[in-house]
Amino acid sequence: MIYREAGDFKTTYVADSQTFPIRFDRWGYFALLAVAVGVVPFVINDYWANAIFVPFLIYAIAALGLNILTGYAGQLSLGTGGFMAVGAYATYKLMTAFPEVSIFIHILLAGGVTALVGVLFGLPSLRIKGFYLAVATLAAQFFLVWLFNKVPWFYNYSASGQISAPERTIFGIPVTGANTSAWAQYFVCLAFVLLLAWVARNLTRGAIGRQWMAIRDMDIAAEIIGVNPLRAKLTAFAVSSFFIGVAGALFFAVYLGAAEVGEAFGIQKSFLVLFMVIIGGLGSVFGSFAGAAFLVLLPVFLKNLLVGGLGWPTDLAAHIELMIVGALIVIFLIAEPHGLARLWRVAKQKLRLWPFPH
Amino acid sequence: MKIRFAAIVAAAIAAGTPALAELVFPSLSYRTGPYAAGGVPFADGYADYFTLLNQRDGGIGGVTIRVPECETAYNTEKGVECYEATKGDGALVYQPLSTGITYQLIPKVTADDIPMHTLGYGRTSAANGAVFSHVFNYPTNYWDGASVAINYLLAENGGSLEGKKITLIYHNSAYGKEPIRTLEVLAEKHGYELTTIAVDHPGQEQKSQWLQIRRERPDYVVMWGWGVMNQVAIQEAANIRFPMENFIGTWWSGAEHDVIPAGAGADGYKALAMHGTGSDYPIYDDIQKYVVDAGLAAGAGDQVGSVLYSRGMLAALITAEAARTAQEIHGVADITPQMMRDGLEALKITQERLAELGLPNFAPAIEASCANHGGDGYALVQQWDADTQTWSLITDWIQSDREVVEALVAEDSAAYAAENNITPRCTEN
Repeated sequence: MIYREAGDFKTTYVADSQTFPIRFDRWGYFALLAVAVGVVPFVINDYWANAIFVPFLIYAIAALGLNILTGYAGQLSLGTGGFMAVGAYATYKLMTAFPEVSIFIHILLAGGVTALVGVLFGLPSLRIKGFYLAVATLAAQFFLVWLFNKVPWFYNYSASGQISAPERTIFGIPVTGANTSAWAQYFVCLAFVLLLAWVARNLTRGAIGRQWMAIRDMDIAAEIIGVNPLRAKLTAFAVSSFFIGVAGALFFAVYLGAAEVGEAFGIQKSFLVLFMVIIGGLGSVFGSFAGAAFLVLLPVFLKNLLVGGLGWPTDLAAHIELMIVGALIVIFLIAEPHGLARLWRVAKQKLRLWPFPH
Repeated sequence: MKIRFAAIVAAAIAAGTPALAELVFPSLSYRTGPYAAGGVPFADGYADYFTLLNQRDGGIGGVTIRVPECETAYNTEKGVECYEATKGDGALVYQPLSTGITYQLIPKVTADDIPMHTLGYGRTSAANGAVFSHVFNYPTNYWDGASVAINYLLAENGGSLEGKKITLIYHNSAYGKEPIRTLEVLAEKHGYELTTIAVDHPGQEQKSQWLQIRRERPDYVVMWGWGVMNQVAIQEAANIRFPMENFIGTWWSGAEHDVIPAGAGADGYKALAMHGTGSDYPIYDDIQKYVVDAGLAAGAGDQVGSVLYSRGMLAALITAEAARTAQEIHGVADITPQMMRDGLEALKITQERLAELGLPNFAPAIEASCANHGGDGYALVQQWDADTQTWSLITDWIQSDREVVEALVAEDSAAYAAENNITPRCTEN
């Protein structure tokens, strides 16, 4: 009734191929943006920033990155944690080596460094596919973590091998270090999310995104119709690693402030981001956000409900929380194997016909 | 269980009415995950000591104590969440019991003006109060521990370690890497040969590491392990028939649950200790009477008297004494985190005071000052007896090599100060 395309006429090709062709969607999107930019920064406090918004936004970037590689280009990767570590250590080295350069540029450069490393580890994908590629990227994960543990140059020879982000500012406002206010942390992450989500959306519906999807759906057929697999696979690795590198940089510099490679960027991080992508929906920008929200917000919500609301002992709550999250993952995947994004799409289909389905 | 649940509900209701003055000491505990074996007894000891003070003395200086718990699972992300969740609650001091979380919180607590006490863990160079104004790690720290272990071995070998081979097996994290530099400097000084072997988190698989030890046949093995890594290492050492009396763990590798799984094979294993062990102290009568018998014991209540329970109690004792000191300095009962910081910095615990508290000769005397946040570097060595299932202290207090440790602390804290533009305080000294 409210949600419909009737009467919403498009007179140009540009208008017809926009991201949100239905007016209601478009308004919803702009309203969400307005709230995210205009309302949240004014009401956010340290808890909401550090426990909810900042991790959600950062994981959303990582999930977007992995979704490009796994969801759009069909290359299964278990190296996400390692690539995030590359982003984190690259920012750390850049921040400490060139303190006068803006942190914004450092984070983008860290993404660039990660893209190069990603391309390097993407090379085997030209020969090996599927589960075997997953094993090759798993090797990247372990190698990178080992490297950052082993070579003291990466952590500036500190006694404990920890890296800590010194204070850096954008327009005189601290965005890393301890004196960062909640809204500044949130804003930096939001800026990167908006920028990168926009890039991801437009890349995936352009020529290059179509090449990725062609390779995903059937690589031999794609090659026959003229898609260069070398170019398609390596660009997928590069773009995906860029996103993941930026996520790693923000994760270390803005969110945690100090990190230790084995603990912060271990294999469990690779799995976490992969689960986000699978639960959210492979090959969907919305799915990346939904998956990140599901796996970041649900545990925090359950913890607050069980410990804060019901007063349960913390250990019992922690165990129950694991069980609930696990059970929900299984239930969701049985009910809808294509993830939350598919559920969202189905819901919208139904809404269009509501209240008079034929 | 029912009583406990009722107590928790009562505590939750009490938490909802903030009008009452109270002292809030959040416990960032971990009762789940691969490090829970160490996290549970520590958290229980920490909570039980405060329960005792509440029940017996009506709190500290007439103000009741509340210990909200937050589960971190030894994970830094959850640690951040816990810190932010409890910060607004009036938290007076943080005890994260994790070196990783400590590193993360050092700049945060300093900016938020809340003190943090890391009892024998965390960043060693925080012992220099001139640079780390809000962080305290007395009574002793990792580098003291490394040096005490070497001093003990020196005494065992008639004052010389020339030509001996010592292997450090460590948890591959900030925590495990801490002692390496000290051991290297001491290796130069005393002429022993040091090899380091890393074990990755969580440390359930150590076959290759112990194969290497078996091949190299070191005279001594020193261990910096935590969680499940300890049990596995002791079991593996028993498997390769490494002489247990030549195997020394740090104080985080010397609890009952670390040695019991290896059975008789663990007999003779040594570990450092920063406090006495066992339940022969007078305070346990009060704990039994006011806490255990009243059904108020934290957790399952089965940890009373264990090594890490004692350590949790020591952490709570220091916190309570610091709060008392803060109340005296500022003349108010309901103190703020800033006052608590002053209390920690002016803390003085003598042996007489420890005896008064029911823990005679339990821990080294502590006298903090503006510059000294790290204590004087005393530790003990304890040995496991597998037949009686007890730890017994086999040495008196051993002091670390102050010259070496202080030089390293000064160097590392100066680097931190330079990195973060901190001007050292305490210039009057």
